[in-house]
Amino acid sequence: MAHFLFFLLAIVCIASVLGMIISKNQAYNALFLVLAFACMGGFFALLDAPFIAVVQIIIYAGAIMILFIFVIMMINLREGLPPERKKWTLYFALGIAVVLFVELILTMKSAFSSLKSGGIEKIGSPTDIGRLLFTEYLYPFEITSILIIAALVGAIVLVKKRDKE
Amino acid sequence: MIPLSYFLILSAVLFVLGAVAFFVKRDLITMFMAVEVMLNAANLAFITFAKSASSIDGQIIVFFIVTVAAAEAAVGLAIILLIFRQKKTIKSEDINLMKG
Repeated sequence: MAHFLFFLLAIVCIASVLGMIISKNQAYNALFLVLAFACMGGFFALLDAPFIAVVQIIIYAGAIMILFIFVIMMINLREGLPPERKKWTLYFALGIAVVLFVELILTMKSAFSSLKSGGIEKIGSPTDIGRLLFTEYLYPFEITSILIIAALVGAIVLVKKRDKE
Repeated sequence: MIPLSYFLILSAVLFVLGAVAFFVKRDLITMFMAVEVMLNAANLAFITFAKSASSIDGQIIVFFIVTVAAAEAAVGLAIILLIFRQKKTIKSEDINLMKG
């Protein structure tokens, strides 16, 4: 069952990212990405991280992608999207992709042998995460809140229409 | 039990696909989405190693990555909107103010 779920999610996830590469419509791209992020939430749930799975779906597939869709709506390109890049860019990208992939796999190969499937005990319950977040990781947590306020103020100041002086 | 190496390989595949999308696409918004895909691939690797080590710290780091990604998306999209207002385009080649 777990295997079936994994391969189903993996196929859907990779296919939706590929769809994002192929499709030319930005709104479709955003929806493909929502699908990919939802699948990613499924992977997190398979890996004993239920809280992170929920956070992934609410924040990524919910909040962040809504932001993208709003911006796509506001930009409203009249002349449509530009045509794709020149051919050599595609080959260049594919070459870089192959090199990057081989490099990543070679790096991970040393980690494969030391990967343990972990104990049977459940990790990642919201209780554990909350406790750790407010004890050991209290300072990063507070700093993150400052970062979010800064980003909020920054985004508002950037986009605000200035009065002519 | 699914071997954890499958998850690592999947995260490598997703990261590479994100990089390809970043190079192939021309509009800023889709390039930004490609960056999000790469961030997610990294998150998947973090969670996999957290599971392998039976430790919760990797999940906390992913939590922080997600919040920082939200902040980054807000500022990045504001910048894209600003570029669109000034230059009426979101093609990456048209943004060449600093080109010699």
